[in-house]
Amino acid sequence: MNSQLEYTRPRLILLVALRVAIGWHFMYEGIAKIFQANWSAYAYLMDSEGILSDFFHNIASNPEVLNIIDLINMYGLVLIGFLMITGLFSRYAKIAAMLLLLFYYLAHPPLITAEYLFPGEGSYLWVNKNLIEMLAVAVLFVFPTGHIIGVDRLIQKYTKDERRKKQ
Amino acid sequence: MKEEKSNKPERSELSAKRGIDRRELLKSLATLPFAGALIYGAFRKKQLEHYKHNKLLKTLSLDSSEQAPVYISERKADESVLGIGVIGTGLRGLDLMRAAGFIHPSVIDGWIEDKRENKQDNRLEIFLEQEDLKLSINGVCDVFTVHERKAIEASANLYRTGNNGKMSKPAKVYKNYRDLLEAEDIDAVIIATPDHWHAQMVIDAANAGKHIYIEKPLSLTVEETFAIEKAVRENNVIFQLGHQNRQIESHRKAKEVIRKNILGKITLIETFTNRNSPDGAWVYDIHPDANPNTIDWQKFLGSAPYHPFSAERFFRWRCWWDYSTGLTGDLFTHEYDAINQVMNLGIPGSATASGGIYFYKDGRTVPDVMHVSFEFPWLDLNLLYSATLSNSKNRKKSFYGHDAFMELDQDLIIYADRESTKYKEAIEDGIIPTEKPMITHIPGRSDIDAITSATEQYFAGRGLLYTYRGGRQVDTTHLHLKEWINAIRYGSKVSCGIKEGVEEAITAHMGTTAYRKNKKVFWDADKKQIVAD
Repeated sequence: MNSQLEYTRPRLILLVALRVAIGWHFMYEGIAKIFQANWSAYAYLMDSEGILSDFFHNIASNPEVLNIIDLINMYGLVLIGFLMITGLFSRYAKIAAMLLLLFYYLAHPPLITAEYLFPGEGSYLWVNKNLIEMLAVAVLFVFPTGHIIGVDRLIQKYTKDERRKKQ
Repeated sequence: MKEEKSNKPERSELSAKRGIDRRELLKSLATLPFAGALIYGAFRKKQLEHYKHNKLLKTLSLDSSEQAPVYISERKADESVLGIGVIGTGLRGLDLMRAAGFIHPSVIDGWIEDKRENKQDNRLEIFLEQEDLKLSINGVCDVFTVHERKAIEASANLYRTGNNGKMSKPAKVYKNYRDLLEAEDIDAVIIATPDHWHAQMVIDAANAGKHIYIEKPLSLTVEETFAIEKAVRENNVIFQLGHQNRQIESHRKAKEVIRKNILGKITLIETFTNRNSPDGAWVYDIHPDANPNTIDWQKFLGSAPYHPFSAERFFRWRCWWDYSTGLTGDLFTHEYDAINQVMNLGIPGSATASGGIYFYKDGRTVPDVMHVSFEFPWLDLNLLYSATLSNSKNRKKSFYGHDAFMELDQDLIIYADRESTKYKEAIEDGIIPTEKPMITHIPGRSDIDAITSATEQYFAGRGLLYTYRGGRQVDTTHLHLKEWINAIRYGSKVSCGIKEGVEEAITAHMGTTAYRKNKKVFWDADKKQIVAD
């Protein structure tokens, strides 16, 4: 890694803070859905527009697939959020987070022509907060911090120690 | 990453020797407390919502929700098939046959075709899942040969298949409905003829001892209404008027809301009809085969004033007072019956009306825009009906109470009034919201409940709750017929019997009379007459 991009203290603090904040957002989105009786992604998927809208409508109209999507959006979000906050398996958590955010973006892209029933805060054109959050996770992906501040550090040490013992 | 590790080899070696030191552990678990804080916060938030929710339910006396009435549906083992006769097999008659389980095979073929293009089209599945009521259509009667043929073909479709499927024995065709009423293999009749035929047919059917399901409105005149009532009561037949909306779940929930006085004193109820298509304005297609040879015009006319053969009048009979009761009888009765179901209004004390033929200047005599205002002085209540056939905005039944406002349709939404006396304290405490719905009932759920999620609030506020839940449309006509069949078989109750029918008809006739006489009219309950001002 280029020395210019060294993990100085302020950089490290901000990167960890960003990781924890995004993790927090994911985890609470999941918890809120779990707490809400009868929550389902149905309406969100049915409200989809853009080139992939047929795909999302099909998911919504298939009860079995919808059930899986619902579970991912409840427990998956909590798990991803927890992993990002704690910095555990953070590489995989970030890949999953980016994938989900990509799907959210593609399901409701802020197109010129799109008009959604779903409540949305703010005004967006092509770029929305899902896309920004996805890019933020991408930044975290290339600037990982879990091995410095996070449970990954513990794992890394452990595996390294094990390797050393074997040698 | 690699550099990071290689920068600090000594420390790693050190920790490898000593195991994991405290500093390492701190760095590894530094962010864990955030997860703990989030879980704590989430539960606190949930707790607060739960507290507010319970308090709201308590304030509204909704903490002990009542069960919806359960109808007897346990079948006897030796249950026999009921023989049904259908009189009038036009559009609505075929709808009723479908709701009874007998669909025209070409409809099934059409659905299969549509399903190929649109996989989400589930009309076929819904129909196939519809309960078998164990009926046999043994007789059909219509004055138009095309209607007759369609009914015969539908009656033979016991196995619910398309045109190439297996068929059962078709119904017998009767040229005269009185012969159908004498048939021994017919226990009950479904009547879906124009309004001017209702009274005679119901009276004849009751006198023949047949149970009766008849389309709304009950009658064309006040005199007919009481003649029907007499015949039905004297012959002790099971009678159901075709207001299938009685089966809408939200209407039953609304009744509970009224009983628990959640709205406070209600002084105004508004009901509406908005339609904006030729079909909606009763300008139905004229069948190409319609002519004096295929339509028995004299039979169609019956007791109506003479008019030379007119295919237009035959198919679009709702547009003329000679055969129809216009907006009040055809569409307002749905609205009135719903309100009567919820509030037991009975017959109003007086009515005034206005309106005109403003859009469909096609020779019709019934209005296409109309307002009727009914007074119920003993309830301190005004019921307004506002209708147009040239705009399709969906206006929902609205109940205005001093403490809250209720909108009723397939779903039910209640907003607290910010000037409410009863909820003043709860509004101030933030327990009851005024800007968003206080209560909603979503079709498919058993409870009336306070809305909890922002998404639900959003959809409720736009009248899209039903869509939001993706609920399956239940055929209320099927449920209404089933209720009637159950009453015949097991002696259970019908929800729209002769009492409700009389109330519906007289209320509609008061509106019609007020409009046609252009005067305020009153109901004289002793003389059983509508009297003008």
